[in-house]
Amino acid sequence: MAITAPTNRADACATATGTGTRFTRGLGVAAIAALAALALFGLVLSPADVVQGESVRILYVHVGTVWVAYLAFVVTAVSSAAYLWKRTRSLTWDRIAGASAEIGVLFMAVTLFTGSLWGRLTWGTFWVWDARVTTTALLFVTYIGYLAVRGLGGTHDQRARRSAVVALLAVLEIPLVHFSVVIWNSVHQDASVANRPGDVMLDGLMLFTLLLGTVAFSLVFVWYVLHRQRVLMLADAVDDRGLDLALAERRQEGRDGLSTQGVER
Amino acid sequence: MSVWRTARLVAAKDLRIERRSRVVTNQVLPFAGLVMVLFAFVLDSDAVLLRVAPGLIWLAAVFGLLVVVQRSFAVETADGALDALRVAGVDPAGVFLGKSFALATMLAVLELVLGALAIVLYGAETSPAGVVLFVTTLLPATCALAFIGTLYGGLAAGVKGRETLLPLLMFPVVAPVLIGATRATEAALDTSGVATSEGWPWVALLAVVAALFGVGGTLAFGSLVEE
Repeated sequence: MAITAPTNRADACATATGTGTRFTRGLGVAAIAALAALALFGLVLSPADVVQGESVRILYVHVGTVWVAYLAFVVTAVSSAAYLWKRTRSLTWDRIAGASAEIGVLFMAVTLFTGSLWGRLTWGTFWVWDARVTTTALLFVTYIGYLAVRGLGGTHDQRARRSAVVALLAVLEIPLVHFSVVIWNSVHQDASVANRPGDVMLDGLMLFTLLLGTVAFSLVFVWYVLHRQRVLMLADAVDDRGLDLALAERRQEGRDGLSTQGVER
Repeated sequence: MSVWRTARLVAAKDLRIERRSRVVTNQVLPFAGLVMVLFAFVLDSDAVLLRVAPGLIWLAAVFGLLVVVQRSFAVETADGALDALRVAGVDPAGVFLGKSFALATMLAVLELVLGALAIVLYGAETSPAGVVLFVTTLLPATCALAFIGTLYGGLAAGVKGRETLLPLLMFPVVAPVLIGATRATEAALDTSGVATSEGWPWVALLAVVAALFGVGGTLAFGSLVEE
């Protein structure tokens, strides 16, 4: 059943020209509008920070992407659990988990990149062994591993079960890594870095721009996951159909072989 | 057959294979020793070596773990032994615990040798209280490493490209163990002026990691290998 259902949906999709629906198109337009507004507020309307100067504008992207990255990993965990639970088992959950993890990794990379640029301008170094930063980096690597597990091959159900277990293990791992890094850090780090200037003295427009960034990237996230999930469904359907075609061809070859043998006799 | 009996049989089988093939004693131990010597080459100064000795012990142990896990599951997949166990209806939880126990035994030997090497090669010193702490640290740290190794080794077993996938999956998970075990060993070997008694909270952290992955692995191993 799990194989036939998406194939039918895929047939329906194949007649359309893309993976978009009216809803996702509207969502895409809203996302673009929100990003444009973010650029306007972040680059033009909001003031430069008293302490950080112009570099504060990096944070409007940084905060939004890190929020989406964590949201994406939560979605991956919940969908993985939904796949593993027998009553809600469906490959759709698996595809949502995969799509969500992909954009999570992407946004985590953007977060680490923008964070290190901001750190260079504000703290004078690209990298600090701050607990939050270290945990985030380990998390990033963990989900790269998760995506590698998704790419291992096998049947769709094999992929789904394997990656769902890895996703849930990653959830088990996050608090452990975070906790151990925090106490490791508390032994070795002086508090000067953790005491970030600018964190507390946000003016209204800055706070609004930060929230706008969060909303804009969340819209991008939902839009991307919906589309990517549909693309993954089509990829699975192509896989299945490829297998069916190959089987049919081999059968045909077998029949042809038999008939020619019959003629020779 | 009960889970424990399965675990005992699987562990005995793995240790018997090791006794006859001597892969850990003849290959993994020399490899780990070599890593310790290479650390000395790159870090050069005696003072630096002494300061980082505890970390080097555990880093070498984690490299050793990687090799031992690969070996442990190469034995299972070579002749489809894991499939045979599954088809025979053997409880995967028992297989997980058994393989973890065998792995932990080999790792413990490896870590004791590495600890001795740190004392001989890097000039680390210890006290009776330090020895007690080090040996106590070994127990939860080794269990945690063995559980994590078996869990991810089982996941990567039988797939193409497992040699490169395993470290990517395993090393982020191993990070808390590495941190905890290194700090506890630092206190035990007195290499950075930390009192021996300060090592004990880290033993507790290691025990938590070991317990979580022991339970998690026992529950998850079945769905990872039954395909």
